[in-house]
Amino acid sequence: MTRKNVSIASLVMPLLIAALLLFAGAATVGANDQPSAANAEVKIDNFSFGPDTLTVPVGTTVTWTNRDDIPHTVVSTEGVFKSKVRDTDEKFSYTFATAGTYPYYCSVHPKMTGKIVVK
Amino acid sequence: MTDKKQNLIDQKLQDLNNDGIDRRGFLKCMAWAGTGLLWTMSGGVPMSRAFAKTSERHLHKGDFSFVQISDSHMGFNKPANPDVVATLQAAVDKINGLEQQPEFLLHTGDISHLSKQEQFDNVDQILKSANAKDVFFVPGEHDVLDDNGKSYLERYGKSSQGSGWYSFDKKGVHFIGLVNVLNLKAGGLGSLGGEQLEWMEKDVKHLKHSMPIVVFAHIPLWSVYPEWGWGTQDSEQALGYLKKFGSVTVLNGHIHQTMQKVEGNVTFHTAMSTAFPQPQPGKADSPGPMKVPAERLRSVLGITDVNYVRRRHSLAVVDSSLG
Repeated sequence: MTRKNVSIASLVMPLLIAALLLFAGAATVGANDQPSAANAEVKIDNFSFGPDTLTVPVGTTVTWTNRDDIPHTVVSTEGVFKSKVRDTDEKFSYTFATAGTYPYYCSVHPKMTGKIVVK
Repeated sequence: MTDKKQNLIDQKLQDLNNDGIDRRGFLKCMAWAGTGLLWTMSGGVPMSRAFAKTSERHLHKGDFSFVQISDSHMGFNKPANPDVVATLQAAVDKINGLEQQPEFLLHTGDISHLSKQEQFDNVDQILKSANAKDVFFVPGEHDVLDDNGKSYLERYGKSSQGSGWYSFDKKGVHFIGLVNVLNLKAGGLGSLGGEQLEWMEKDVKHLKHSMPIVVFAHIPLWSVYPEWGWGTQDSEQALGYLKKFGSVTVLNGHIHQTMQKVEGNVTFHTAMSTAFPQPQPGKADSPGPMKVPAERLRSVLGITDVNYVRRRHSLAVVDSSLG
């Protein structure tokens, strides 16, 4: 290896590693993966919760935002949480302090169901 | 109305009365006064014809009519209809312009959009301009938000029981108002519940089989499209109590479009909304408000006129749009 190549290599390698790490980090943020407390979001649109299953770490605050043109609610089937009616652009948040599976639905349109899995 | 037309109507009613509602789905309903849609079922194929305004028909003692309106969604203001006040007023104006004035109105729910006091107030205000002073209500799911129907009951539930069910008689017809929008379970449909069903069984137990029955509730009491929640879980039981009756008419709302089904002695009918239309079953991703070109809006909103002809023990259901 020439001196020139070595110096380029010493620049490129850390960059490559950094890029790989960044990429790896980005690749794991998917629908069913563990988002950080900062982006635990569920969008309500077209009479459905998206994603309909969200997995979060204990202590996460999940925020539901209604993007539909019809009001909806977010109601735990086990009585753990219950939002007031949320019209378009209104939000509801709940902090999950205990691990477990939390099925919920819209009490106005009960065919809309979802689940928060807290690990 | 010409003699020819009157004869045709009499003949159709005769057929209806003799056959009852034919089990093969052969049904003829007649349009009465005003512009409307005549629904005819022949060999399972529904056909409709528009009727032009006619002159007076013969009214007999005991005959009467009432009008069903539904889904006024007072407070809704999205693109599908930015002015639900105007369209509800247009519906009332249309009712006031009917040749035969209705004795009362039925509102099959979703009176308000968000169960707010001012929304209920607005509807009450607009309905004051109707010539018909009696209005009977049942709640929609939009009327019982957050408080489990408490404010709905305070306003509309004075002579009702439980979550707002009740019955009354008018000129020999028995009307039953049911509530199927409370205590809805995840993944489920509309629900009547044990207490209401028990009440209903007792309510109709001693009525004569020849008494026409009209049942009204918000969510359809038949399975229109379960995927969108358009049905009621325990309606089978309710309809079972009505098997003995010769004429049962079920009037619902919720789906914001006209749909009709005949099953044995029962005619099921859903009304248009006075606020906004919704897509036909399965024709869209979800059952939300459907935007149509502004000039078409009033043609997909409407009222339902129901005429009772006493000597025939039959009811004729006529839908008409607002424009």
